[in-house]
Amino acid sequence: MSEHRSGAEERSDHQARAGSLLMGAVAYDPKVVTIWDGFRDWFTRRGLAFDYVLYSNYERQVDALMAGHVHLAWNSPLAWVRAARMGPVRALAMRDTDCDLTSVVVVRAGSGIETVADLAGRTVAVGAVDSPQATLIPLSYLRSLGVGDIEVQYHDVGVGKHGDHIGGERDAARALVAGAADAACMIDGNHLLFGVEGTLPPGSTRILAQTPPYDHCNFTVAAGAPAELVERFRSVLLEMSYDDPAVRPLLDLEGLKAWRDGRTSGYAQLDQAVKEVEFYDDAGNVTAAGYRP
Amino acid sequence: MTTPATSPPPVIDLEDLGLDQGGHLLLKRALAAVGVGERVEVRGTAADLAVHVRAWARTQGHGYDWPYVVRGAAAGAAWRGAQPAGGRDLVVDRASPAWGLAARGAQVEAGGPEFDFPLDRRDAVWTDAAAGIYRQAVAAQWDPAVAVDWDEPFELPDEVEAAVVQVMTYLIENENAALVVPARFLARIHPHFREVVGVLAVQVADEARHVEVFTRRAELRGGPLGLSTAGGQASLLTLVTEPDFALAHFMLSVLGEGTFLSLLSFLERFAPDPVTRRVTHLALADEARHVAFGMAHMEAVLAADPGLRPRLATAVRRRHDALAHTAGLNAEVFDALVVLAAGQFTPAAIAKGFGRVQALEADMDDGRRRRLVKLGFTADDAAELAELHTRNFM
Repeated sequence: MSEHRSGAEERSDHQARAGSLLMGAVAYDPKVVTIWDGFRDWFTRRGLAFDYVLYSNYERQVDALMAGHVHLAWNSPLAWVRAARMGPVRALAMRDTDCDLTSVVVVRAGSGIETVADLAGRTVAVGAVDSPQATLIPLSYLRSLGVGDIEVQYHDVGVGKHGDHIGGERDAARALVAGAADAACMIDGNHLLFGVEGTLPPGSTRILAQTPPYDHCNFTVAAGAPAELVERFRSVLLEMSYDDPAVRPLLDLEGLKAWRDGRTSGYAQLDQAVKEVEFYDDAGNVTAAGYRP
Repeated sequence: MTTPATSPPPVIDLEDLGLDQGGHLLLKRALAAVGVGERVEVRGTAADLAVHVRAWARTQGHGYDWPYVVRGAAAGAAWRGAQPAGGRDLVVDRASPAWGLAARGAQVEAGGPEFDFPLDRRDAVWTDAAAGIYRQAVAAQWDPAVAVDWDEPFELPDEVEAAVVQVMTYLIENENAALVVPARFLARIHPHFREVVGVLAVQVADEARHVEVFTRRAELRGGPLGLSTAGGQASLLTLVTEPDFALAHFMLSVLGEGTFLSLLSFLERFAPDPVTRRVTHLALADEARHVAFGMAHMEAVLAADPGLRPRLATAVRRRHDALAHTAGLNAEVFDALVVLAAGQFTPAAIAKGFGRVQALEADMDDGRRRRLVKLGFTADDAAELAELHTRNFM
């Protein structure tokens, strides 16, 4: 063992000595407390001392993770991309619903916008400035298709929460319907949801483009996290079954049917988007203009 | 039959129906017909179908490999391990707290909350007569605005009108007690015993209506209401605070409302005006049903637990002792009954009214004894307990 230990390693060791695994999560909704209180009970009953800390935004959470204040963090994809720039991290696990998402660019039916090229000079409504699914990834995709100059209309709801709050996407959809924007970006599931709830009346819009699949959240583990506790966490997590009535309500709240092992193959699009708009620099410093989490 | 591995997967053709217009129902149905891990081919012409199927399949835990959806294991999980809350025609001995508010016979998903319904044993609440009495009660509901001709003309001497108002004042507080007692127990009875809950719910509504019509009669001529006495309220307090359902129901419906059958019959018969006659007639029919339910419930619980009988007797004695220091029926009510039955202030009429009230009290006592004997009390016990029943009647 090295004589020269970082502050982060010493703090992590201290938590491990206390015998409990400490996780960070972002309080994007009051239900987050219900979810993690429930999971904490679940872990505790299975002999894993586990606790969590809530942060108001993902930048603060990633800072805390990399400083060793917590062992792991329930991270948005953008938080993962940043953490990976800041140091060695591992994607431990994710939800089944975090895999293979797509985003769509939607226009009004009959608007005359038939191809992506037709968007040149038009207004494209997006979600919050830090939303991977409703802003960063779809805009990057449009750029990759060679779209000309577009005016980006941000709908900044819950900035710092990386698009976890659905409000920005819904506002973008409303702007499209109201004619305040010529196109709107959103995750595929929200396009369906907005149709069902009537925000986008069926038949009133058309999908102009769909991104390739990408992945969403993961449990990000920092270097120095106690390996045994982390592995125990992973195995207990993956044991959760949707057939178990005790855990099913928590899985429903968190929006999954099953936990899966983490993978990092689905973040390339977002990583590219971050580079394009210089959202973070290579060291993970926040460099996005006008981003105030 | 085993499907050969080479068989093409089943096809669900949604035609032009989108998933944002209910198409998921057809897809769900098609997936329910295949095993976990098996595929269904999706066809359709709705715009955005592939995008929406991808999103829907992901949230439902199904696999997506357009144009196929691969059935996942999560579908139907809520039904697995669900417990039946009795059966449509099966009233169980003890209803589970986990059944909560579920319909009798429903499948209750595991993992739900537990409800605290202390009266959850069939022995404590059930009678097979409940369903029939409930049907009868619902069919017999009446509307005070229609069932009573409030404008029917009549003239009464002031003293007789005052007597009617005093009797109405007394009836109202007793009906309030008869409303509060079942209402207190309603929320404690497990909804599994829905016929019993239904009877008590209608009973509460009946009493609310009685309070209304007696109030309207009392206020009909614009005079002030009568006296509510400390002794009368003390008697009713012992009734509404009785925590045991069987004891409270026995004292309210068998002894109290049973006694009121005699009183309401008396009032109907000797009412000096048509409105009083009508409202007491209407209340009498409801009260007869309440007594019938009380008797049926008591017969059932006593059959299951004969040890309850001495406890009922003790409760009557205890209530009598608790009320020994009170005045019992207030003198105003007694005198009002005499005046009401006399109809006028002449010695001959008062003598007749007085005799009628004495006959009423004898009739009340007789009724109580008959009901107690029917519930299995010996003639001596029945006579003693009937005698000890509160002098306030209810």
